[in-house]
Amino acid sequence: MSSTLPYSKKKTSRQMVALTLAVALGLPFGLLAALLVLLPLSQQPMVDALIKRFVGQDAAAWPYTSLVYAGVLALVAFMVFNFGAIFGGMTTWYEMRIAGRIQSRIGPNRVGAAGFFQWVADAAKLILKEDLVPTDADAILFRAAPYFVLAGFVLTFVVLPFGESVVVADLNVGLFYVTSITALVVVGIMVAGWSSNSKWALFGGVRSAAQVVSYEIPAGLALMVPVLMAGTLSMQEIIRQQGGWPWQWFLFRNPAAFVAFLILFTSQLAEGNRTPFDLPEADSELVAGYLSEYSGFRFALYFLVEWGNLWVISAVGVTLFFGGWQIPGVGPELWQSLRGAPTEIPDLAWWGLQALSMLVFLVKTLVLVNVIIWIRWTLPRIRVDQMMNLCWKYLVPAAFACLVFTLGWQLLVGATGGSGAGFMSVAETVSGVALFAIACLLLFRFLVLTRKNIDAVVGDRIDLTNW
Amino acid sequence: MEKLILRRVDHNDEEVLLNFGPQHPSTHGVLNFLVQTNGEVLTRAIPDVGYLHRAIEKIGEKVGYPGFMPYTDRVDYVAAMFANEGYAIAVEKLMKLQVPPRAQYLRAISCELNRIASHLIAVGSTAMDLGAFTPFIHGIRERETINDLIEALCGARLTYNYHRIGGVAYDMPSGWRDKVLAFLDHFDTLLVEWDRLITYNEIFIKRLANVAVIPAAMAKSYGLVGPNLRASGVDWDLRRDLPYGAYPDFQFKVPVGKAWYGTLGDCFDRYYVRVLEMAESSKIVRQALEKIPDGEFMAPKVPRKMKPEAAETFSRVESARGEMAYYVVSDGTENPYRVRIRTGSFTAMGIIEALSPGLMLADLVALISSFDVVAPEIDR
Repeated sequence: MSSTLPYSKKKTSRQMVALTLAVALGLPFGLLAALLVLLPLSQQPMVDALIKRFVGQDAAAWPYTSLVYAGVLALVAFMVFNFGAIFGGMTTWYEMRIAGRIQSRIGPNRVGAAGFFQWVADAAKLILKEDLVPTDADAILFRAAPYFVLAGFVLTFVVLPFGESVVVADLNVGLFYVTSITALVVVGIMVAGWSSNSKWALFGGVRSAAQVVSYEIPAGLALMVPVLMAGTLSMQEIIRQQGGWPWQWFLFRNPAAFVAFLILFTSQLAEGNRTPFDLPEADSELVAGYLSEYSGFRFALYFLVEWGNLWVISAVGVTLFFGGWQIPGVGPELWQSLRGAPTEIPDLAWWGLQALSMLVFLVKTLVLVNVIIWIRWTLPRIRVDQMMNLCWKYLVPAAFACLVFTLGWQLLVGATGGSGAGFMSVAETVSGVALFAIACLLLFRFLVLTRKNIDAVVGDRIDLTNW
Repeated sequence: MEKLILRRVDHNDEEVLLNFGPQHPSTHGVLNFLVQTNGEVLTRAIPDVGYLHRAIEKIGEKVGYPGFMPYTDRVDYVAAMFANEGYAIAVEKLMKLQVPPRAQYLRAISCELNRIASHLIAVGSTAMDLGAFTPFIHGIRERETINDLIEALCGARLTYNYHRIGGVAYDMPSGWRDKVLAFLDHFDTLLVEWDRLITYNEIFIKRLANVAVIPAAMAKSYGLVGPNLRASGVDWDLRRDLPYGAYPDFQFKVPVGKAWYGTLGDCFDRYYVRVLEMAESSKIVRQALEKIPDGEFMAPKVPRKMKPEAAETFSRVESARGEMAYYVVSDGTENPYRVRIRTGSFTAMGIIEALSPGLMLADLVALISSFDVVAPEIDR
């Protein structure tokens, strides 16, 4: 369509393409590689063994051990924070491009090849802008609010897994930790709404509080379904209870789990303030909601969190329902045999398998991120009362039903000899395979319909070249 | 200076007094609402108009009859053809000019193309105000094509100044007819796509259906016009009922609200009537391109300085925003004694205060965009 337009003739130089590719691939994969090396080595027995090997001191007796621990922690925190920030930044660019395609326009294409450095330019611009605090605002709270939000986002990375052993800390209360720490975000938004001393911001803050507090209930109930099935709150343990093949995922293990995932996903969209639940910052109603008075770096922090949250939402969903990092065909025995003692640096094969598990997790997460972005540019926003109706009249009862169903299911599993044995084990396999087949059929039907719809598109096919 | 409108607000501690505008993303220009809300529920919304007042009617008394034509573009810059046409018809009545048939047809074609462009903005911004940004961009893309067509016709993309007293400024350029037909072929299929894109969206329907219902009697008594009136079930269209120009020659239906998903006269009816009207406009343009006669496009001997006899005249056209009326009084001099413009958006403002109690804040946005108000048309 635009082949004769003058501005389409500019070709991106070869060097720029190379630089863009180097950064676009090097930055995230470099970070992931760094995490892959860093995280298994930063576990306490490993650090103790490393102290033993390189310093020649016994970790328990050496006076500087805690200093080393602190240093390792700081390094880990720095890397993980960077991962969150860079993922958030890159996702803004990715979303801009996807939105452009959905809206039959081009999207940012000036900075770097395919406009890839747009997110860097945006961040630089925002940091250089004046950090304005309104005269009548509560200055301290106004300045503090973004950090609540940022803390609520970054701290979730403590328990979010990246791979089989690539996790900062495998807390035994992992899931509980995630739900409680993400509640900090709403505190930040409330504080922002109140301290801005603007009515629009206050509306946004109150809406956000009502929304997030309401949707935490179905989300929490839906989270309990995989917890019941796995019998643990630890994120890594929940993944280990699932298998690599799709029919071994919790998503398909019983019919209620499938519904529970949909409830969880909807609630997380609401908690992450994503369309169709972006009421707190509804641009056409509340100007910008709780963000109205923010500018510069603090504004950038909110945006970072909003897009970084895409990873958190998707990673939690993948962990609980999509088998996390489980590689098809790789069982716990292989991991164990490759690992060896927890104080030794493992073999190269183990590292390779770890990298593969990270890749599996990354791909699954990015698929969910795509779905969230796609939903955002497709649906209108729902109204406040409809949002509340959806939560309290539909999601909460449905989540309770799922919970009770799963309870009964698990009781039956226990009564017939536990998972992996007896009648219910067969039932779980049957359910897994049957639900997976149904999901495949639905997906196939969806893809056929999509293909048909794309073929039927006339909108951006009009030829204007010789006008 | 105390704002007079504040006297109409009763202050109390239970309600929030919000300034909804003048710089608000969904007020479609500079337009202010004083909104009293109890939480999210409105108790009252008072439109405060006048931020875009440019004294266009007063200018009309100063610049002479032909000189006022470019100013009429600014009355409604989203659908400037109709403002041109209404003024041209009024002055032609004063001057007792006969417009040649080819000019009548060109007027109808340009107006109906403009109506499609204007309705695309209207339905697109309705979707955008409800949070769906994508349909708006798709609408704007089609409007760009119409702008290209109108630019080929008259050289301007927004403020056309195409109609002249006694005819139109230019004839169709060569090959223009085929381009228009090509666009219409494309556009008719696009309307189906548009419906699939947003109209049948469940959330979209839920946001519009049963919101801000205007019964037919209320719509009449508040002086609503055009699609807003027809959405309430009143079957009234000037093009068919008081035909002017070339409209008696065309066959077209007048879409009337049918309570598609909710009550008759709700926001969804107002939205969907516009979608259907675009299809009808497309039919009219096709018929006009088929039947357009040869001949002059300007009446012979139109004087450069007009001095009509002392008289008064009134003209009505069916604009994209409903009836647009010009009341022009001549006192026998070169300048009109009075030019009064009656616009649809201004009367639509009047009904908002009556409709607002009980609406949610988000419904007010839907209501404003379903009226398709354009701020310059309110204030002139």
